[in-house]
Amino acid sequence: MIRHIPRSETELSALIAHQHQTASPLVIEGGGSAGITGEIGGEILSTTGLSGVVDYQPGELTLIAQAGTPLAQIEALLSQSDQCLAFEPPDLRLVLGTMAAGPTIGGVVAVNSSGPRRLLSGACRDHILGIRMVDGRGRILRNGGRVMKNVTGLDLSRLLAGSHGTLAVLTEVAIRTLPRAPVSLTLAVSGLTPTAAQALIAQALATPWEVSAAVFHRGRVCLRLEGPGPQVASRRAKLLRLLGCEVEELEGEASRTLWRGFRDLEMFADQTLPLWRLQVRARDGAALAQRLAELGGEVLTDWSGGLIWYQGAADPALIRSLAPSARLIRRAGLSTARFPAEAEGLGRLSAGLRQVFDPAGIFNQGLMGGSMGAADAD
Amino acid sequence: MPAPDPHILDRRDAIHQALAAVLPADGLITAPDELRAYECDALTAYRCAPLAVVLPRSTEEVAAAMRVCHRMGVKVVPRGAGTSLAGGALPTADSVVIGTMRLRDVLELDLESRFIRVQCGVTNLSVSAELEPHGFFYAPDPSSQLACTIAGNIGMNSGGAHCLKYGVTTNNLMAAKVVLVTGEVVEFGGPEPGAAGLDMLGLFCGSEGQLGIVTEAILRILPRPEGARPVLIGFGDAVTAGECVARIIRSGVLPVAIEYMDESCLRAVEAFARAGYPECPAVLIVEVEGAPEEIDHQIAAIREIAGALNPVEFRESRSEAEAVAIWKGRKSAFGAMGRLGDYLCLDGTVPVSKLPATLKRIGELSAQYGLEVANVFHAGDGNMHPLILFNANKPGDLEKAEAFGADILRACVEAGGCLTGEHGVGIEKRDLMGAQYGPEDLAIQMEIKSLFDPDWLLNPAKVYPLEASAPFRAGKGGAA
Repeated sequence: MIRHIPRSETELSALIAHQHQTASPLVIEGGGSAGITGEIGGEILSTTGLSGVVDYQPGELTLIAQAGTPLAQIEALLSQSDQCLAFEPPDLRLVLGTMAAGPTIGGVVAVNSSGPRRLLSGACRDHILGIRMVDGRGRILRNGGRVMKNVTGLDLSRLLAGSHGTLAVLTEVAIRTLPRAPVSLTLAVSGLTPTAAQALIAQALATPWEVSAAVFHRGRVCLRLEGPGPQVASRRAKLLRLLGCEVEELEGEASRTLWRGFRDLEMFADQTLPLWRLQVRARDGAALAQRLAELGGEVLTDWSGGLIWYQGAADPALIRSLAPSARLIRRAGLSTARFPAEAEGLGRLSAGLRQVFDPAGIFNQGLMGGSMGAADAD
Repeated sequence: MPAPDPHILDRRDAIHQALAAVLPADGLITAPDELRAYECDALTAYRCAPLAVVLPRSTEEVAAAMRVCHRMGVKVVPRGAGTSLAGGALPTADSVVIGTMRLRDVLELDLESRFIRVQCGVTNLSVSAELEPHGFFYAPDPSSQLACTIAGNIGMNSGGAHCLKYGVTTNNLMAAKVVLVTGEVVEFGGPEPGAAGLDMLGLFCGSEGQLGIVTEAILRILPRPEGARPVLIGFGDAVTAGECVARIIRSGVLPVAIEYMDESCLRAVEAFARAGYPECPAVLIVEVEGAPEEIDHQIAAIREIAGALNPVEFRESRSEAEAVAIWKGRKSAFGAMGRLGDYLCLDGTVPVSKLPATLKRIGELSAQYGLEVANVFHAGDGNMHPLILFNANKPGDLEKAEAFGADILRACVEAGGCLTGEHGVGIEKRDLMGAQYGPEDLAIQMEIKSLFDPDWLLNPAKVYPLEASAPFRAGKGGAA
């Protein structure tokens, strides 16, 4: 297997220009933790040669890093200034069974990787200030910048977030950092049906107390409060009064460990079963969770009902009929496409955008976009 | 602006007839005196009446009007409430304005999923008014929120004073129903959090009417905070005020707003509103939110940070009346400046640490051009709002003010910032785009524009420098 590891943006640009001319496909790889490398055709293009923090200004809540910089390195740097990436990007190595070195910041942005705190603080794409990238013809391009507010021209930063390496190769990202909450507290209520859980979560989220995450797993709702100590204490008291039921509490490291588990999906480590990710209207989450549980398997409801993880052997066609947004995260032998097919008008525009960015279609061939389907790869 | 297309002007009556055939009688304006009401937006220095104005009541009517214009090769200028400060809704003589102001229905309120679905002609403020009885609000709050529409907010990716905490429109938008140039209707995003495919919604938001017209949207809503309270801090110089902003942000306190006013602005405000602000070169208004005890905690932290920098004054509001008094001057700033004469309002953004140096540079340029400038802006996110004062009746003064403004914006870009933080490019900053982006950075944007709008009929002559867009407009841009 050929593996390219360009050391500079210019080197990357020259490589891609060559691949473009010869219409030779490339598989874009950050840390390799997404587990898709083996199923897409082409030579591997690793971004790990473009690594390092370019600038970090805690007083401006701004970090600029090359795309191949390990997420762990960035998080360690931010924690020195008591800051973090508010969107809580997961590390799915355990779930995907990959022995890779761990996510890179470019990979995080490319898949718009966002954890439980998306509920309060928004997704990865909401925190991107600007990007540098090389498109499918080898052009070095910039969009956005390093400031919070920027409406100068078309917003390609958000378009590239979640494009899964199908439009361009990110080389640098500017990203918003936020203060890290000194206190983390979890309130858990057990013995709930999905419907009762949904009602409890909706009640908590209609308050101004900024519940930073709300999940439902195996009959238990977990709500998280984060912030300065006095604030968390007063919100805890109010939330307990509102819930008016028996509540289990976890503080400090116990709370952080629990949420790391939800973030990294530790309950879904069984490599023999497929793992699905379904996004639905939050209100519809309970009914879908119930239905999936009946089909047999493990279910986790995050984002207050908006995101459902399902590990189980249910028929892919049935899963897609229950939630058209369903994405296959871990194959475990399934040959169906990873991404759902798109509505006709939308699909045409998506295909058109890929044509604009990558006219020879060399990036992550067939991963998104439905028509070709990654199914053909395995 | 490019010269109007004589072939289109010649077919004026045929275009009117074709539009009349697909629209109700009160949905089409063609009389010249009535068209004058649409000749400009809030950038009033530029005016041009359009060929016709269409005011649809439904997505279907927008689509019908778009189909007619597309078939006849007529340019279309989308318009919300016409509050753009950048000329985003300025018509051309050969264009049809499609206004969204009659698309006013609230379609759905889902408190459990925390969103509201509206037709996009509703005003920004009316969305929050609709939500108030339920204890929720819609976060983006541009200062024109009484008049501006959600369609315009989405078109321009509007911000406001409170985006330091809540983000701008793109961070609070879940879905958009969009009419493409052909009249085809597509939906970007949905009621679920995040789309499975490409983020078309993110691309569309802030595209300034270049890609389509939005007719319906799903907006994320938030529970109203229990309370909010501002403090006012006066400083002896801009550098210290800027340092205070950076230290507050670094401390972990996240105010909802940090506003800055300089000496010129304070003078005008004092004469106009008698807000009782201290006499000093720089004033910050910092607002924090939460329950009373949370507010006390945050204000104590801010007091400690500011105290270390020897402020001229630290004024805390202890009642609703005192809070209103602190905001009074800031909220009347634009009115106060308006009394002094005509002004251009820019919105270049710089990294927070570059605020003092940029203010100094603006002062130097002010002396060089001989025009007064006042600075009042959202300091927490570096979004400046220099107001350049000039006399529109004095020949050459507008041109001088524009040149001054262009220099300020170039200085913002050189400081690591951008041309526009929330107003958009429109026609105002169109020819400065080359200062921020290289030819290829602009080319890919124009290639995307060509994908959505191959004949460049939508919101003509905006955003991209005419010279750079010429090959695309002639259908020759794109793939090298």
